[in-house]
Amino acid sequence: MSRIGVAFDKARADGRAVLVGCMPAGFPTVEGSIAAMKAMVEAGVDVIEVEIPYSDPVMDGPVIQKASDIALAGGVRVADTLRAVEAVAATGASVVTMTYWNPIEQYGVDAFARDMAAAGGTGLVTPDLIPDEAAEWLAASDAHGLDRTFLVSPSSTDARLRMTAEHCRGFVYATAIMGVTGARAQTSEAAPVLVSRLREVTDIPVGVGLGVGTGAQAATVAGYADAVIVGSALVRCVLDAPDQAAGLTALRKLSAELADGVRNPAR
Amino acid sequence: MSAAPATGQVPDAAGHFGRFGGRFVPEALVAALDELDAAYRKAMGDEDFLAEFGALLRDYAGTPSLLYEARRFSAQIGARVLLKREDLNHTGAHKVRNVLGQALLTKRMGKRRVIAETGAGQHGVATATAAALFDLECVVYMGQVDTERQALNVARMRMLGATVVPVTAGSRTLKDAMNEAMRDWVANVEDTHYLIGTAAGPHPFPEMVRDFVRGIGEEARRQCLDLTGALPDAVAACVGGGSNALGIFHAFVPDTGVRLYGFEAGGEGVDTGRHAASITGGSSGVLHGTRTYVLQDADGQTIESHSISAGLDYPGVGPEHAWLHDTGRATYLPVDDADAMAAFELLCRTEGVIPAIESAHALAGARAIAPRLAEELGREPVIVVNLSGRGDKDVHTAGAYFGILDKE
Repeated sequence: MSRIGVAFDKARADGRAVLVGCMPAGFPTVEGSIAAMKAMVEAGVDVIEVEIPYSDPVMDGPVIQKASDIALAGGVRVADTLRAVEAVAATGASVVTMTYWNPIEQYGVDAFARDMAAAGGTGLVTPDLIPDEAAEWLAASDAHGLDRTFLVSPSSTDARLRMTAEHCRGFVYATAIMGVTGARAQTSEAAPVLVSRLREVTDIPVGVGLGVGTGAQAATVAGYADAVIVGSALVRCVLDAPDQAAGLTALRKLSAELADGVRNPAR
Repeated sequence: MSAAPATGQVPDAAGHFGRFGGRFVPEALVAALDELDAAYRKAMGDEDFLAEFGALLRDYAGTPSLLYEARRFSAQIGARVLLKREDLNHTGAHKVRNVLGQALLTKRMGKRRVIAETGAGQHGVATATAAALFDLECVVYMGQVDTERQALNVARMRMLGATVVPVTAGSRTLKDAMNEAMRDWVANVEDTHYLIGTAAGPHPFPEMVRDFVRGIGEEARRQCLDLTGALPDAVAACVGGGSNALGIFHAFVPDTGVRLYGFEAGGEGVDTGRHAASITGGSSGVLHGTRTYVLQDADGQTIESHSISAGLDYPGVGPEHAWLHDTGRATYLPVDDADAMAAFELLCRTEGVIPAIESAHALAGARAIAPRLAEELGREPVIVVNLSGRGDKDVHTAGAYFGILDKE
């Protein structure tokens, strides 16, 4: 049984997709990021994806790179991420952590899994860890009952889709496009194809992310996916705001629009 | 000396050199890495490919490079020093071997565009050169700080028809250029090959790049036997990412009587924290797609490296070096800026050869180990030093260092 399954069960009961919103911990400050995540939850985001800021984020576009740089310049530590996870999980929302692999390897894979579970987190999304290299994480996540979300891509072969999905618990992350994070004007034509290819090989819920940033795009993706994952567009609300209050207002407004989108899927 | 495992055993099929190497990449790149791996393995068993590569190395790059006995330099350091003159290759460094191999593979895979990262600009120039020769579109990512420091190489790349993209993210240096190249590759992998400039990155790059440059050591081994009638006592090379060092080490790895020395950039001194000595002063971690020694803090955030040599100024190292270090087959020692520049000056004055500052680290390292080796052997040691590149690109840096530039 997966920890994040609760969020998927609840959304399924409502006949809709799960809304996942991403925010780097410590951006612009640790307290500021916690306030932002709580505002997202209040405005209708089901699952918060807390990103651990990393010095070399190769899967992230300019918006999340900038936010990560700000967080790191402010001195955010991996332990602060766990504090953010705990604070947001206390609201009752499901919390998943997205992280590049090196910070976890340095923290200690088993120690991180233990502390993540204790903080109330559900599991990890790992953009640069493929199942082929994940033996230590597979063992630690089993030992501490955490979920595992690996990514699949339009370029993945059917064999790799099957293998990757088999190693996931909770949900599998389908990247909608070939590219890095960042809102885009067009919704992906590759994503529905990738999701239907996944459906052929797995029953695990499918989340779709990369390039989703508006309520209309969320509605489109909700038409074929089990979860809609939004990152850069939410981060930009905070990045572009003149002050914290304005940032939170913008964040609530976009969160509500996205929440509305997943409730009115385009079929 | 410890027995070395046969190199045939490493890496394994998934690119692991012991606990190092592998693939720590977005899934989006796996298909392209698999395609590259298959193309590379097929090419290495294909006589047509090997003949074409060999002809290019000979007729275009100008190899085999000379093995030159540096008598006056030798007299100054107390060792018989044989210089592997990779500085005489077309484009002025060993790097031309790697780019020709990868450009040929790019053509074979039917891709029409290459991208590359560069620090000082040497790999960028080499890639732009091969792209011109093979009629490929070429985009080079270069940290904004480096484009300003190395304006001449930016101009060279543009003359050769490449597009140079200044990278403004992060520390705006080589590692950030590599991040940006990875992002480009994720988005354009269908028609694009990422021509990585050193024996690092995800599998199969470390193994493939090593194989494209291993001719350096094969030539040097044969030339040394012809010249001296015996194998050398030691082989010395500088190590940044480490392709020139692997290139000259590889043929000697089974010769357990030959000591292998890799000299890392000690910058202002490893104890100052301002250095690029990933093996000496770093720890095991994951960076740019591979597990290796990395300069990092307790949270796994990459720490910026420092070296007077732009080509060694990188916070990681190829995973095969990490493995050669762990097995004890090769010895890695830091050489700081001051010692490298002293050796740079000594080679200029004794041999009339201006080395790349990178290669000056190997010269300084040979100088440092010569007395120890002489004592151990009870005679003058024979040391093959990889003179991996020429110093034309470093004239401004060295001129400023020695205070010999006329004031403007």
